[in-house]
Amino acid sequence: MKLIYEKSSPGRRASTLPSYDVPDVEVPHELAREEPPRLPEISEPELVRHFTELSTRTFGVDTGFYPLGSCTMKHNPRVNERVVNLPGFRDLHPLQEAEGSQGALELMWRLQNDLAEVAGLPAVSLQPAAGSQGELTGLMLMRAYFADRGEQRHKVIVADTAHGTNPASVTMAGFELQKVETDERGNIDVAHLREMVDNDTAGLMLTNPSTLGLFDEHIEEIAAIFHEAGGLLYYDGANLNAVCGISRPGDMGFDIVHFNLHKTFSQPHGGGGPGGGPIAVRDRLEPFLPVPAIVRDGDDFHLDYDRPKSIGKVRGYCGPFGVFVRSYAYIRSYGPGLREMSEAAVLNANYLLARLKEAYDLPFDRLCMHEFVLSARTLKKEHGITALDVAKRLMDYGFHPPTIYFPLIVPEALMIEPTETEAKETLDAFADAMIEIAREAAGSPDLIKDAPHERPVRRVDEVKAAKRAVVKYGFEDHPNLSAEHAEPRELEAQKGA
Amino acid sequence: MLAAVGVSSIEELFRDIPEGVRFRGDLQIEPALSEQELVKHLEELAAKNAHTGAELSFLGAGIYDHYVPAVVDAVLQRGELLTAYTPYQPEMSQGVLQAIFEYQTAICELTGMEVSNASGYDGATVAADACYVAKHVTGRSKVVLAEALGPQVRQVVKTYAPGFGLEVVEVPHRAGATDPDELGEAARDAACVIFQQPNFFGVLEPAPDLAAAANEVGALPIAHVDPLSLGVLEAPGAYGAALAIGEGQAAGNYQAYGGPHYGFIASRADYVRRMPGRIVGETTDVDGKRAFVLTLQTREQHIRREKATSNITTNQTLLALAGLVYLSWLGPQGLREVGETCMGIAAYAKERLGLPLLFPDQTTFKEFAVRVGRPAEEVIRDARGKGVHPGYSLKRDFAGMEDALLVSVTEKRTPADIDRLAEVLAP
Repeated sequence: MKLIYEKSSPGRRASTLPSYDVPDVEVPHELAREEPPRLPEISEPELVRHFTELSTRTFGVDTGFYPLGSCTMKHNPRVNERVVNLPGFRDLHPLQEAEGSQGALELMWRLQNDLAEVAGLPAVSLQPAAGSQGELTGLMLMRAYFADRGEQRHKVIVADTAHGTNPASVTMAGFELQKVETDERGNIDVAHLREMVDNDTAGLMLTNPSTLGLFDEHIEEIAAIFHEAGGLLYYDGANLNAVCGISRPGDMGFDIVHFNLHKTFSQPHGGGGPGGGPIAVRDRLEPFLPVPAIVRDGDDFHLDYDRPKSIGKVRGYCGPFGVFVRSYAYIRSYGPGLREMSEAAVLNANYLLARLKEAYDLPFDRLCMHEFVLSARTLKKEHGITALDVAKRLMDYGFHPPTIYFPLIVPEALMIEPTETEAKETLDAFADAMIEIAREAAGSPDLIKDAPHERPVRRVDEVKAAKRAVVKYGFEDHPNLSAEHAEPRELEAQKGA
Repeated sequence: MLAAVGVSSIEELFRDIPEGVRFRGDLQIEPALSEQELVKHLEELAAKNAHTGAELSFLGAGIYDHYVPAVVDAVLQRGELLTAYTPYQPEMSQGVLQAIFEYQTAICELTGMEVSNASGYDGATVAADACYVAKHVTGRSKVVLAEALGPQVRQVVKTYAPGFGLEVVEVPHRAGATDPDELGEAARDAACVIFQQPNFFGVLEPAPDLAAAANEVGALPIAHVDPLSLGVLEAPGAYGAALAIGEGQAAGNYQAYGGPHYGFIASRADYVRRMPGRIVGETTDVDGKRAFVLTLQTREQHIRREKATSNITTNQTLLALAGLVYLSWLGPQGLREVGETCMGIAAYAKERLGLPLLFPDQTTFKEFAVRVGRPAEEVIRDARGKGVHPGYSLKRDFAGMEDALLVSVTEKRTPADIDRLAEVLAP
């Protein structure tokens, strides 16, 4: 398929613009643009066809089953798209006076309360733009909290099963990373943890249930270790979809929690974003939250910037407001029954696990929470079929592959998260396909090695992409990569989560 | 299903959760609403907001009421694009990968740069990202911000700086613009300087001189630019900027009370391996057919973990896609016309209002600051009572500007609208 730039024809355009009877204004010569940008020149029909064709070459939750582990690819209710486009939300300026934005402020205040209730913690800031920014914000809070107490604590402990964002955030917040291992049941190795924690430890970042889809059975003991040592516990909410109304991070002993509104609360993932990463904290951390705070005063709502201990701002304005509208609508459509969402997610995951545990290796044989991790280790050893191969073959059966090669401690990992919005028939069809692929591995491995067969492209050359680094269209100087010889190779690296 | 799992109840599925941390109450969330009730409830909340369709608005200061064409809405409603995630599996996601590649190209064309990522969160966080790039490229640990850079942007950089091990210095504006000599002096041992073009007051900075002053002392010049100005104003790459960043909202996103929008960050080719976030590259499949894929991933958190160039994962792809559709709708000629129209109508407003200018000697783009002779908040309150929002009170961010109002005029404001504003603001 051609790039939009390759469909461009000089003088064509889709736009019509107003022109007013006012004098022209000249830009000072030294500041004026010399060469116009080579944006597409295309008619509206061709523009619409172009993006429609791109959409048909994209697989979304609307297309089919998308069990990408740790990403919570649930159905996105369309009513949320309707309400977010109400002019009162869509066309509201973020610097509008409080009297002119009472509805927006009230919505955010209500969402804060609902999130506080789900977290079991009293204070919320909606501002962070995504989960990883929520992490960074939480770590900044830790810094500010200890600095305020006159304590020098520079280490943060992260589990070896953690998402890559955790260690990356630790570095960006200026802390030093320490890694704690996982024990043979898939919990944190408490003995190892105990050895590591000292007066230098600022805190622990933990995903619970973990990226293995397992609830840490020693969470109370872990919390006690940190709180006795004066450290703080950070809850990575990537997997919160498992435990809403069932177990609250605040009750588990966590001091700071981030939510992923695009996972748990159904903001559509948009091909990579937007997200939303609000954080909830204990009282003693509230003074450090980003400004402005959204506060209620009688029947009025306003923004409070007078927070002398605040870390400042982590994003413009109050955060990704449109994401808040959708998430608030989502929560209100469940009401107190939010627990049923998590129950269905956990039931679906366990059902799928039960159907698949004979055909694939199961590194930790326990009931799972909302997701589980299998391994293609035996398929690889006996038939040379890797997790990547299984993923590609699943495409031929009409499914989006699960997350693969993550978590890192499981070789040939396949991390599967069905979510609560899938019917049993879909789960069965997926299980049948996975089992069939395991059979094919023995009988016709080439069929798998050559997969996918029915997608717009076959396996792509990741090595060439990285080596050539062609990251924009070059117009008349654009290289012809098809003419360059290569040994097509996809890297066995984490895909998903 | 329970029988297949081997448990007798839903409750039993959660047996690994210790009793002490089980939640036994009912969540204190208001009762569930049907779809129809939900829409009504949200319509009631939305009705309490004075949006720019209900009030004649001249608010800008970083977020702008530009026209968003129908094709943007149409493309964003395509369910495949709306409900996909990051294109980890390229064979499933050629459409979104190609769209990001086309977006990267559009940003490079606008800014005169060689590399763009797939998007950052907003115009403020990309400034912090750019500082992190500059720190690693130069090995220096000071950043210089022009005071005429948007306050939201400066605040976010200051929040990030301690974690990055960066010291932040601000260079004051002189009568509304930044002085190149002063900026160059402050940049002597700095990793980078960030200035905004047009700046927060709407004033055209001497951008080529600012970039040259930074380059002379080895600090990376970073230009924070309005995408809709780049049909008429020179591209940062053409005047020596090392990175170009900005808030994408003006190009294709609704105001949405501040988000979600997209931030863009683009650089010279030298810094490609220090760029934060996702980047899509071209390659081929096993048959030699053109294909697109996430690339240069050894920069990223899921591979490099604590040594990553950034922690960013989920970005703003859908909003960046809106930007691509909008820029494709405009084309180069449309982009130039929007810039010219904004400049023309804003100049008309400046003249028509007849109020003293805060910075009388400066050339401005689509915003300008006036003195209203009494506290700006009062003027805003009175004007809003007449259905007009006259602009942003600069007192919110700047000392000594109690009576200063920043008026923003986009192509959506007509001469008749300006006449109405003049009437409302008449002393």
